[in-house]
Amino acid sequence: MADLQIPHELMYTKDHEWAQIDDNVVAVGITEYAQDALGEVVYVELPEEGQKVTQNEPFGVVESVKAVSDLYAPISGTVVEVNEALLDQPGSVNDDPYGDGWMIKIEMDSEKELTTLIPAVDYEKLIKKQ
Amino acid sequence: MDDFRRRHVGPSSKEVQEMLAFLGYKDMAAFIDSVVPVGIRMDGELQLPPALSEHEVLKDLRDLANKNKVNKSFIGMGYSDCITPPVIQRNILENPGWYTQYTPYQAEIAQGRLEALLNFQTMISDLTGLPMSNASLLDEGTAAAEAMHMCLALTDDDGGGRGFFVSERCHPQTIEVLRTRAEPLGIKLIIGDHAGFDFKEKIFGALVQYPCTDGAVLDYAPFAAKVKAAGGLFVVAADLLSLSLLKAPGEFGADIAVGSAQRFGVPLGYGGPHAAYLSTKDEYKRQIPGRLVGVSIDATGAPALRLALQTREQHIRRGKATSNICTAQVLLAVMASMYGVYHGPRGLKRIAETIHGLAATFAEGVKELGFEIIAPEFFDTVTVMVKPGDAPVILENGYKAGMNLRLIDENKISVAFDETKTFSDIGQLLGFFNFKSEKIELVKKTSAIPESLSRKSAYMTHPVFNTHHSETEMLRYMQRLQGKDLSLTTSMIPLGSCTMKLNATAEMFPVTWPEFGKIHPFAPQDQAEGYRILITRLENWLAEITGFDGISLQPNAGSQGEYAGLLVIRAYHKSRGEGHRNVCLIPTSAHGTNPATAAMANMQVVPVECDKDGNVSLDDLRAKAETHAANLAALMVTYPSTHGVFEEEIESICEITHKYGGQVYMDGANMNAQVGLCRPGEFGPDVCHLNLHKTFCIPHGGGGPGMGPIGVKSHLKAFLPSHGLVKTGGDKGVTAVSAAPWGSASILPISYAYIAMMGAGGLREATEVAILNANYMAAKLDKHFPVLFKGKKGLVAHECIIDLRGLKAASGVEVVDVAKRLMDYGFHAPTVSWPVAGTMMIEPTESEGKKEMDRYCDALIGIREEAREIESGLQDKTNNVLKNAPHTAVAVASSIWDHGYSREKAVFPVDGLKTSKFWPPVARINDPHGDRNLICSCPPMSSY
Repeated sequence: MADLQIPHELMYTKDHEWAQIDDNVVAVGITEYAQDALGEVVYVELPEEGQKVTQNEPFGVVESVKAVSDLYAPISGTVVEVNEALLDQPGSVNDDPYGDGWMIKIEMDSEKELTTLIPAVDYEKLIKKQ
Repeated sequence: MDDFRRRHVGPSSKEVQEMLAFLGYKDMAAFIDSVVPVGIRMDGELQLPPALSEHEVLKDLRDLANKNKVNKSFIGMGYSDCITPPVIQRNILENPGWYTQYTPYQAEIAQGRLEALLNFQTMISDLTGLPMSNASLLDEGTAAAEAMHMCLALTDDDGGGRGFFVSERCHPQTIEVLRTRAEPLGIKLIIGDHAGFDFKEKIFGALVQYPCTDGAVLDYAPFAAKVKAAGGLFVVAADLLSLSLLKAPGEFGADIAVGSAQRFGVPLGYGGPHAAYLSTKDEYKRQIPGRLVGVSIDATGAPALRLALQTREQHIRRGKATSNICTAQVLLAVMASMYGVYHGPRGLKRIAETIHGLAATFAEGVKELGFEIIAPEFFDTVTVMVKPGDAPVILENGYKAGMNLRLIDENKISVAFDETKTFSDIGQLLGFFNFKSEKIELVKKTSAIPESLSRKSAYMTHPVFNTHHSETEMLRYMQRLQGKDLSLTTSMIPLGSCTMKLNATAEMFPVTWPEFGKIHPFAPQDQAEGYRILITRLENWLAEITGFDGISLQPNAGSQGEYAGLLVIRAYHKSRGEGHRNVCLIPTSAHGTNPATAAMANMQVVPVECDKDGNVSLDDLRAKAETHAANLAALMVTYPSTHGVFEEEIESICEITHKYGGQVYMDGANMNAQVGLCRPGEFGPDVCHLNLHKTFCIPHGGGGPGMGPIGVKSHLKAFLPSHGLVKTGGDKGVTAVSAAPWGSASILPISYAYIAMMGAGGLREATEVAILNANYMAAKLDKHFPVLFKGKKGLVAHECIIDLRGLKAASGVEVVDVAKRLMDYGFHAPTVSWPVAGTMMIEPTESEGKKEMDRYCDALIGIREEAREIESGLQDKTNNVLKNAPHTAVAVASSIWDHGYSREKAVFPVDGLKTSKFWPPVARINDPHGDRNLICSCPPMSSY
């Protein structure tokens, strides 16, 4: 587990999503820890562009051969982009969770919610406890 | 007199003594006292009739069978008499190679029935015109209810409030099951005439019957369009055989099709077991309930079959599952698929045309007698309008002549034809209507199906349905598939929590006797006197065994039993003005079915923690019960626990629940550790289900059928499931949970025979030996794989969990590698990674002798040594005998062998295998590939 990546420039949730903040748009995916725990991902269900999402509420589903998990939005806002490539290549979530495995981009409603996200150092502590 | 006990119980008395000595006990009584808490033990012996021999029980059952009267059935209602092709009856239904396998989780050694199920899915999807079919459901009524749930899940994103439309011309038992399932979820059922429905009420879906229960063939296309325009999904309950002549539901707008495959060669059996089906569009595949077989590839890239999309199911998704369904009706689906293979599309069409011709000819005749028929267009069922006073006379004439007709209401009688009926039956039938003894000329008529609704599209074009039509070919095809499956005829299948015990041949015999097989579930009850006696006796025996006051044999599977049990509890609370109680406490160690069932009963699941020893945490239970005291409805608890231990605190667990107003539901999956030693009715539970297919010898059938009757204490007796068409259950009974009043009645003789042949002493001995066997294996294996949970005295109940998690860090070997390597040793793995990930749960049952258990232990110990070779660096971490398991004949015969171990070690790890070896037909199956590239019907031949 020691070799699992936790990029320092990203923010995290306790539910193992990562968030990359670029002005008012937040890209979202699941962490390397999460994909490792899930095993080989076979299906990802994502919202459509234009859909509203709410912080800490499910926005989609990720499915592996042994588990199904809800995906939780790190921030409230509107979905502005969806990684359609995951529909055909769900394995990208395993192979490149912080790159090709990204899931959606959210235009956030309010920057205030950003304060509830977890920085990399704290996320590392969190998964060490699990 | 031969004693059945020594046939059923595996170990000889000498072996029993050896095992007791090995465990350090001088006799069985002392051993059992150390395992089963003294406080819950029953006094004395069960009060059951003296044990019968096999010969005697068959005579007894023959007497009961003779009390059933087999009339020709023209009742219809979704149940048609049919001809089980003898080659299928003998080689599938009566063949332990097909009925004693376990559910196909270990897909590599289940390729035979997975292929048969894939054929089933292909056949269903072709006939219904919808591309995704599951591997069968319990019965048409519950399949319709599952479809309703699917519609809700697929459309209900606006917080509910919408209803579900059901045509009044659906089969009445289907409507009743829908009512049962709709009520707890607050779904409003709108039952009426589809043509007159104005859509003023919002609906999320609609169900129609095709052809109608009265036989009429209607064009539903306009209605389908309106349902869709209203934002709903359209469900069609269709007669499978009719679809060989009629336009497929998928071609006139159905989103989901459901129905029964019974008339494809599966006996009526007084209601079951049968295989129902459900098919749908590709985009809804993730919402399909139940089992789904998919095509994948194995490690060599060869095609291989497996259960697909398992994450939808209760054992993984628990309360969020698509359904609480655990199994399919595999044996019956296999029979139906083989019927399709045997007859092929042309054969099916010919059968359907013959039946249709009989119905059409009868219709002409009855019209000539001056009667009106309800619909000019029909398939196999003709409904005749009669004067109110005449209906009873006509029916009675029929009964006297040995023919059962259906009374729809006082002025409608319907007559349904099937493949067992002949032209000469028509003359006799017309006689019942011919009050004036007129002379009529029978004119053979061939069609009463409108051109616009006749089938144009091809179906079952795959070679498998067009090849095996001679009996020689058919026999060999079934034999070839059978050879790919590991069943109890090969070796022990020690599935924890599944009780894979002997299914004795004598117990199975009566199942195919026509006096049990050819009775329609809604035949007049005086024709089923033998069944009535058998059912009453069996209920009494099960009540005695469990210590409960009332039994319902209606639930068709363990999951159905759970559902029925929770409905009974709900009805009880309601009757006391406490209908608001809706919290269900479920220990985290519970079977996934429990929370899935609670969700179906619209109960709020509150998990209760377990302590480090795997027992329910009394502190957490007390805290949660207290917090939810006002709304506490029930606790669901498995006993002995899912961790395979007799929890000492079970009485306290029940007391706490009762104290806060809850009822205790006991999951009876582990009842095999209790029979004759303790009775749930005496130590706290208010309801429990019994898995007749575990504890009481009904075979697993490769993944179904099951039976899950429930037992209840006296205060709940009034609420036992009733049935709208046949009197059964309590006076204030909840409505039907299954389509038929006694579920799968024709397999009840199996459990009846088992209890009758074992007697009280034999049943107790079976339990004692089951516990002894589990402890013997636990003690032998503990040094190699630590036994995870034990009771106070260091003993387990009837199963044990061995911990393999230590292997991974040291050698990279995972529990799945051990499971697959066991196949090379000729064994089926125990339960894998349940209830604790990285472990195996072993339940040998009383039927396995010491030699077989020693062989199994030696295999596991041998595999432990193989893992040690990886740990020590002697073998490679990724290319080794475990990671490459199972090894096929093709792999070892190949000229390429780039492994650091010998071919001999690969396939003959122990010498005994050289004289008798089960060869896994495929290598390790690639699971992600199958779920990423989902294919659920037969692939073209070119890919084989």
